[in-house]
Amino acid sequence: MAELTLVEAINDAFHTELGRDESVLVMGEDVGRAGGVFRATAGLRDKFGADRCVDTPLAEAGILGAAVGLCMAGWRPVCEMQYDAFSYPCLDQLITHVGRYRWRTRGGMGFPLVVRMPYGGGVRAPELHDDSPEAYYAHTPGVKVAIPSTPADAKGLLAAAIRDPDPVIVLEPKLHYRTMRGEVPAGEHVVPLGEARLAREGDDATIVAYGSMVPVAERAAEALEGEASIEVLDIRTLKPLDEGALLASAGKTGRVVIVQEAPRTAGYGAELAAILAEKAMLDLRAPVIRVTGYDVPYPYWQIEDAYMPSVERVVAAVRKTLEF
Amino acid sequence: MATEPTTTPQTLTSELALQMYEQMRRIRSFEERVNDLYRSAKMPGLAHLYIGEEAVAVGVCSALHRDDYITSTHRGHGHCLAKGASIERMFCELLGKEAGYCHGKGGSMHIADHEHGNLGANAIVGGSTGIATGAAFSAKSRRTGQVAVCFFGEGALGQGVLYEVMNMASLWQLPVIYVCEQNFYNEYTHYSETTAGEVAARPAAFGIPEEEVDGQDVRAVFDAACRAVERARSGGGPAFLTCATYRFHGHHVGDIDRGYYRSKDEEEQWRRRDPVEILAAWLVDRGIADRSKLERVDENLAAEIAAAADAALEAPYPDPREVNEHVYA
Repeated sequence: MAELTLVEAINDAFHTELGRDESVLVMGEDVGRAGGVFRATAGLRDKFGADRCVDTPLAEAGILGAAVGLCMAGWRPVCEMQYDAFSYPCLDQLITHVGRYRWRTRGGMGFPLVVRMPYGGGVRAPELHDDSPEAYYAHTPGVKVAIPSTPADAKGLLAAAIRDPDPVIVLEPKLHYRTMRGEVPAGEHVVPLGEARLAREGDDATIVAYGSMVPVAERAAEALEGEASIEVLDIRTLKPLDEGALLASAGKTGRVVIVQEAPRTAGYGAELAAILAEKAMLDLRAPVIRVTGYDVPYPYWQIEDAYMPSVERVVAAVRKTLEF
Repeated sequence: MATEPTTTPQTLTSELALQMYEQMRRIRSFEERVNDLYRSAKMPGLAHLYIGEEAVAVGVCSALHRDDYITSTHRGHGHCLAKGASIERMFCELLGKEAGYCHGKGGSMHIADHEHGNLGANAIVGGSTGIATGAAFSAKSRRTGQVAVCFFGEGALGQGVLYEVMNMASLWQLPVIYVCEQNFYNEYTHYSETTAGEVAARPAAFGIPEEEVDGQDVRAVFDAACRAVERARSGGGPAFLTCATYRFHGHHVGDIDRGYYRSKDEEEQWRRRDPVEILAAWLVDRGIADRSKLERVDENLAAEIAAAADAALEAPYPDPREVNEHVYA
């Protein structure tokens, strides 16, 4: 175990996974010589060569399009999108090719590719550098989505994504790239996709969150100490979802608050709420409440705090379910 | 059986010329039957006929090895057959049958045939350009000696991703050949109304050598393709071939009244430059075959097509459970 920042843990995963499988290659803007704008790919070019850590033009559709061809030729490409919103040009390739070929060819063509990107706000960045686009990806058939919230999971989920036979989108909370440190197992470390993490045990209400909202949920739970016992479920993989863990926690506490940084309408939280409505109705003692961003473009830095779900908003929502 | 190119012939032998004739004729007859099936309501979906453009697919694919890659388009039957696909499995796919190349789940516009290096047709114009370029990246990186051919129509010149990957291909000197099938119409609009500047200026901007070819003359296409393939295989990087050609039918099988976008007179002029007839005349002129020999080829193909279509019509549809399967590994 070593104590690493979240972005160091990602870098550690890359060194391990490129070292164990020579069909893994990394491609993206500034990933090679520069080591990535957040240094997630630092040292890879020197260690594994420019053919396995490829500096590309600023061309997100071309990057993912080429990655599809690389998969067909037997590679496991990992594409870096420099920022969340820079990934939108590559959505085209993801929707039109990646999610479809396997189904259409009955598994004859597989796509063991990863698209990873820093996502989310809180870093005082300009617009189009702080989006939470997980719902676009989760809505695309044939694609898996993972979002770590700790350094250990950032390493383990990326390793799982790289080894997975299917395309996996990994969104990394850029807010915590350097602000969060944690124990990270050395060497090979894989966190299976589709398994939630119980971040905190409690009896009276559950806060369900992922990525950068997990620490917000944990702080809300702490703020409610003495008043109520709060469980925090970090779902980690949006697709496939660990439905069992979600329903088990809802069954235990009977009260659920879902926290999502992305805009509200048709966000991933709505999917979680729908599952609870379909399968946990008789366990629930209060309506499910969502605490989300608003249906607006992500705001500029001086007003972004008014957008971001806060500990206070989460605490208020939990109290509402407790008082129902 | 479909012919399967196994080597790169540097010169056009009589045998190869006859094979090309047969292959072009096969594509023509296949599609004539497709047209009949569609018009008699036996084939739901959509089909975009390649009739009139056969020399491009056959000329280019005759310069390729079996393990070389191609990517195809919505107008892709010709590319698939020229790269070695079986007509029966093609019919099956177009008819949505389980025995088709995509188990009846892809249809006319999504035939992928990995065995023959065909990485897939695509309904999105320009949709396959990234795939071909990525496959070429792999070939170069692993030094396999393969090349990738990316077929697209001039309509794809409007798509940005084409330029993203042409930039990469030239930058990294990838063994990819971009084959622009210039049939002059972006669906229902003449390309001059959609395309600024010159076609040739596009590859030139990336430093990619371009060659303009008479796309109705399979020998000319073959020669140009051999030059591009040879250069790509030996590390010389990408090439861009512009093949002037014409779709004798409409944008798709249902596009019958075309007077509002192109004249009968223009269609008539192009039909006089039928690629199958141009090669037939050359074969006869050179004494490689006489008309009766070519007629025998045609008759054999007619029987082959009829048998394949009948078998496909009788073949079973996929199980409805297929809807839910194979999305994930």
